[in-house]
Amino acid sequence: MPARTCALCNDARAILKRPKTGQQICKECFFYVFETEVHNTITEARLFNRGDRVAIGASGGKDSTVLAHVMKTLNERYDYGLELFLLSIDEGITGYRDDSLETVKRNQQQYDMPLRILSYEELYGWTMDAIVSQVGKKNNCTFCGVFRRQALDRGAAILNVDHIVTGHNADDIAETVLMNIMRGDIARLGRCTSICTQGEDTIKRSKPFKYAYEKEIVMYAYFKKLDYFSTECIYSPDAYRGHARGFLKDLEAARPSAIIDIIHSGEAFEIKEDVKATQKIQQTCKRCGYMSSNELCKACTLLEGLERGLASAAVTDRARKKFDAEGPTPGNMRQIPRFTLPAHIHPSHSAS
Amino acid sequence: MSTISLKIEFGGGLELLFSNQRSHRVTIPALVPASGSSGDSSSGEEAAKKPADLSYLISWLKDHLLKERAELFVENGTVRPGILVLVNDADWELEGEGDYQLKDGDEIVFISTLHGG
Repeated sequence: MPARTCALCNDARAILKRPKTGQQICKECFFYVFETEVHNTITEARLFNRGDRVAIGASGGKDSTVLAHVMKTLNERYDYGLELFLLSIDEGITGYRDDSLETVKRNQQQYDMPLRILSYEELYGWTMDAIVSQVGKKNNCTFCGVFRRQALDRGAAILNVDHIVTGHNADDIAETVLMNIMRGDIARLGRCTSICTQGEDTIKRSKPFKYAYEKEIVMYAYFKKLDYFSTECIYSPDAYRGHARGFLKDLEAARPSAIIDIIHSGEAFEIKEDVKATQKIQQTCKRCGYMSSNELCKACTLLEGLERGLASAAVTDRARKKFDAEGPTPGNMRQIPRFTLPAHIHPSHSAS
Repeated sequence: MSTISLKIEFGGGLELLFSNQRSHRVTIPALVPASGSSGDSSSGEEAAKKPADLSYLISWLKDHLLKERAELFVENGTVRPGILVLVNDADWELEGEGDYQLKDGDEIVFISTLHGG
């Protein structure tokens, strides 16, 4: 087949067909459009203020490594005036997380950013390995996700940052929309396409890669020769998300714009008033002070389940009744330390 | 030439299925059965041949180099969705995907995107 020329510069050889647009573009143009689209996402959503301290949730994987690289590039190119940090969470998964943390340490050198690592062990007293051996392989992602979310906020509070960014990409968000539809999770469905989330008592958290295709992130990393860690979490094969991902990949193969289109559908969802009224209002956990939909936040509930040997009872709200029926919480049980926002963030801080 | 020599690279975790080795050098026949299965030799006629293409290479790799869990590499006669293929550093979608005819010295890269980020 004859070599194709780039549709944008009409000069160099095309090396990629963009799933979003079908355009055939060369390497340099690809770098430029990829980076510029992220820059546009950031400026249109007015994510940052000058002088903001921003923690990049870094796992050593493809998305967070590319995110760190792009954030650094854009911060310099467009003079955002941001102070960037790498924040990494060690869930305690032998053979998976310990290897990827080595990658993050290399990233720290390569991108010249301060790095903080926080572990489940120090925060909760339980590694994921220990949790899986008690809970089994079915619901363990629930524990990991809940614990990680809190861990990121706590790490960010320790670093005294204004903002957390994560590497969630378009594929992830489209999968989440599908998952929430499949599980009838209305509360999450209404929130999951927001680019920036901020609760009353949590640090702002954004996803600059919201519209970036996973394929392009991987190609960017490949052509830029970025160093990342790429193994499937050993506990994920049984996760529910796998169904949504498989389905989404098939949809993408038939029509590549499906991913962006699902996100746009998700953004257009509006919850009916009478359904909204039945949703729980946000409060703070009476035990650790983190944000919660119930008296006790999910992390405290899950931790209590683990400590009392009733782990599976803590996973769903329905099963909680069995939990409560077992009797009151023992007095000397391990608890999560009290959570406080960094001093300069006020509880009623509104997103700018 | 009756054979083609290729350089194969695996990334994104795929190397684990191929003896944990990222780089491989393989030699495949230049002409392969057109129907993808051996012809009926009892009739005395030669099966129709075609130049080796990427589809052939994929099933060749599955049969000769893959050590485990074929379902993580191939699906429905092609690579599993979520695996990117590059031919001489270009997206295989620009080269006709499975129909691309291989040349001696080509470099094919398979990168999996199916893992955490």
